[in-house]
Amino acid sequence: MVEIKDPKSKKYDRQLRIWGAHGQAALESAKICLLNCGPTGSETLKNLVLGGIAGFTIVDGSKVEQQDLGNNFLLSEADLGHSKAQGVSSLLKELNDSVTGGFVETDPEQLINDQPAFFNNFSLVIATQLREATMLKLDDICRAEGVKLLAVRSYGLVATLRVSAAEHAIVETKPDNAVGDLRFHAPWKELHDFAMSFKLAEMDEIMHKHLPFAILLIQAVGHWKAGHQGKLPSGSKERTDFKALLKSWQRQIDGIPVEEENFSEAMTNASKVWSQHGIPSEVQAILEDDCMNLNSSSSTFWCLAAALKRFIEQEGQGCLPLEGTLPDMHATTDLYLQLQRVYQTKAESDVTAVETHLRAILKDNASSISSISRAEVKLFCKNARHLRLVRFRRLSEEFGISCKHNVLRQALTAEDQATNATLYILLRAVDRFYESHKHFPGTFDSPPESEIPMLKAKAGALLSEVGASPSPAWDDCLAEMCRFGAGELHCVAAIIAGMAAQEGIKLLTKQFVPQSGTLVYNAMGSTTSVFCL
Amino acid sequence: MDVPGRWKDLDHLLTRPGNVVGPGFEPDPALRAFLHDDCRVLCVGAGGLGCELLKDLALSGFGQIDVIDMDTIDVSNLNRQFLFRLKDVGKPKAEVAAAAINQRVAGVHVTPHFCRIEEKPLEFYQQFQIIILGLDSLEARRYMNQVACSFLAFEEDGSPDLSTIKPMIDGGTEGFKGHARVILPGFTPCFECTLWLFPPQTKFPLCTLAETPRSPAHCIEYAHLIQWGQERPGHDFDADVEEHMRWVYDEALKRAAKFGIAGVSYQLTQGMDNYMMYVGTDGIYTHTVKYEKDAACLICSSGVPLHAPASSTLQQVIDQLQRDPRFEGKLQSPSVSCGPQNLYMHGIFEEETRQNLQKDMKMLIGGSHAILQVNDKKLLAPLRCRLTLSDHSDLDAEMAE
Ligand SMILES: [Zn+2]
Repeated sequence: MVEIKDPKSKKYDRQLRIWGAHGQAALESAKICLLNCGPTGSETLKNLVLGGIAGFTIVDGSKVEQQDLGNNFLLSEADLGHSKAQGVSSLLKELNDSVTGGFVETDPEQLINDQPAFFNNFSLVIATQLREATMLKLDDICRAEGVKLLAVRSYGLVATLRVSAAEHAIVETKPDNAVGDLRFHAPWKELHDFAMSFKLAEMDEIMHKHLPFAILLIQAVGHWKAGHQGKLPSGSKERTDFKALLKSWQRQIDGIPVEEENFSEAMTNASKVWSQHGIPSEVQAILEDDCMNLNSSSSTFWCLAAALKRFIEQEGQGCLPLEGTLPDMHATTDLYLQLQRVYQTKAESDVTAVETHLRAILKDNASSISSISRAEVKLFCKNARHLRLVRFRRLSEEFGISCKHNVLRQALTAEDQATNATLYILLRAVDRFYESHKHFPGTFDSPPESEIPMLKAKAGALLSEVGASPSPAWDDCLAEMCRFGAGELHCVAAIIAGMAAQEGIKLLTKQFVPQSGTLVYNAMGSTTSVFCL
Repeated sequence: MDVPGRWKDLDHLLTRPGNVVGPGFEPDPALRAFLHDDCRVLCVGAGGLGCELLKDLALSGFGQIDVIDMDTIDVSNLNRQFLFRLKDVGKPKAEVAAAAINQRVAGVHVTPHFCRIEEKPLEFYQQFQIIILGLDSLEARRYMNQVACSFLAFEEDGSPDLSTIKPMIDGGTEGFKGHARVILPGFTPCFECTLWLFPPQTKFPLCTLAETPRSPAHCIEYAHLIQWGQERPGHDFDADVEEHMRWVYDEALKRAAKFGIAGVSYQLTQGMDNYMMYVGTDGIYTHTVKYEKDAACLICSSGVPLHAPASSTLQQVIDQLQRDPRFEGKLQSPSVSCGPQNLYMHGIFEEETRQNLQKDMKMLIGGSHAILQVNDKKLLAPLRCRLTLSDHSDLDAEMAE
């Protein structure tokens, strides 16, 4: 029989390598609402449509003008004078025929005011080019319904990105440089016994150089602890001695150690014996969170976290469940498989222990969760060392009196952040300018310089609310903000849209860690800053 | 296509005076006409990055764009290469991408080149004001880097001839990571200057790095390849992690100081940032820095330092060049000239210049210092060597200057 590769998995091959089939399934069930489809919104949605979301609804009340043809790739001359939402929607559907799309020709601001329930059924709302006052209302609506919100804006050569959601718990954070959990420092009984069952001195040459480095290290740790009151090597002197101990076990010919690959691997991996073993602070914070006091409506994540906590206190004796993955190492196939089985068996029994706690917890709390599969428990245990919880501040906190002004003050005086903090202040100032003057600075044909004093007044007021003084970049940035004339440049929109789509994918797949503060992209200096306000 | 109001957002920037602008910027409506009608841009690659670049260029006012790519469209491209549709599978990427942009953005003219980058002569690349790379291989980047740097000429005093600078922009992505850099040959580091950003590879013989470092690159390479493993065992070096780069830089600086080598610098207060890196796995983190040129870069420096004994003949200098590990595999049968003077040439001038081989080098170049142009059929562009004839050690010779 000829094997025919599923065309869908072929089309999504590159991204499946990043977020896997379950991440893709999450994307394929996502319904997205886009507010305003200028280049910022259109490009963000384009990236997500290509990735294969279930569907989208575009809300935009405007008609296509010449200006749109100069910055929006998803519109063309045939769309002139017609609904912008319709034009963008029809081309987007052409990009991926498995995505359904629709549009509403209404001004988003009006929809937010008149039909707050409209947003209830979306997985994610992407709000673009909206002013502060409108965003505040939308944030309240989305928070009340538990809908995640992504605020994106480009303004001349500056852009911002902000995620808003009550909480976002991530099991698969996929850290870049994770060191495997191999327990060399404190092998459990079965691993210890297995490792100690090999007698180096009695082995033939072949066996000696194919003994996995993990076993060499565990033996060395045992040997070391026996001579050091049960302590691990600490400090560079002891660490050197530890490596010397390993070296002394190598086979020699005429006093010269023979080249043995497993021993060189043991040397390079010796640091795993004394690298960090405790519970990471982010995980500790989760275990101490108020949400650990469960009730019937606690989420799957918190129920699993509670089970994890019981495991750590009981079977784990202070340790997290074992990951159970063994990296490739120089060894005979048989020895490697035997060792792998020892790790896998322990990991499975840890999963079973956590699962048992979980069942009890669900019962005790009369939880409404119908089922948590063993696979889910397993995934949770495997990633236990890298769990993350992100809580996003409400926009009303950031824009109101509980804004962390000290963070802004500090940024305004920090050499590498001052310009971007200034731009942040000015982006908020242009909205206040709009409230007073009903247009953005520099949008008329009159010289933009003429509006600098008015913008300066708004920005100065904001600055005094923050309690800061102007940064050296103040006047230059003010002038540039007026020069931009609220323009939406395609290349700036495309960059922030790329980041926005990426953050959207993180929120939808619950993989990787989304940005928790407000990101400012400064296209003038090719820099970004993140302010958690 | 110049319909009133179409480029309004862009015109704000082009026609209004600004405070944050490059040196010599004068607002002028003619700028847009220049971008649209006269400025020629080459986009190398029509894949994931290339599609995005072509679209961004077309909507940033560039009207005369060329695209070169040797690949044909595969189904697995469709999740990001949005200029292609299922019906295009199997067709050349360059051609479909060009047609898609031409059809969608009125007035923009994209010319496709369905071929390998090596198939085009240098004159082809010469005609563009700017070259933008959307490539995914190190080798292709290195090739294009040599192309862009091949146009660079130097003034008598060793400073770059401004009219010969071919600006190149390089981008790259992998997963949630990426980078963008600007290469102004002669001003900002070229690809070879910072090859150490792409670990792991041994560009220099280890003994050189350990015992006789001669350039900033040697110090950086040493810190990265040797000290890192020794002092930070178990940590994989990651050029994307700022702290890692900072560590390598600090160690390189110490080493350079120890050996008296100048020029290792991370971010000087003046000059332009030329490298932006992006990591989007844990939040969003970017870092923008000014990397430094390698003063002894084979590709973009005004001259690779070369020391030969004072009494050397031309033949001996050529022999030394061929033995030099820095030029390994690059010189098969080198021709050497000095300014307008052919010292030894293969081909039709061979007979005429052969007699020079046994002559005293000092006499041939009329002194102890000269910039030699070394050519070889294996080289894309001539190699510049800064020759010093001296019996003193390297350091003495430099101090004597
Ligand atoms: Zn260079």
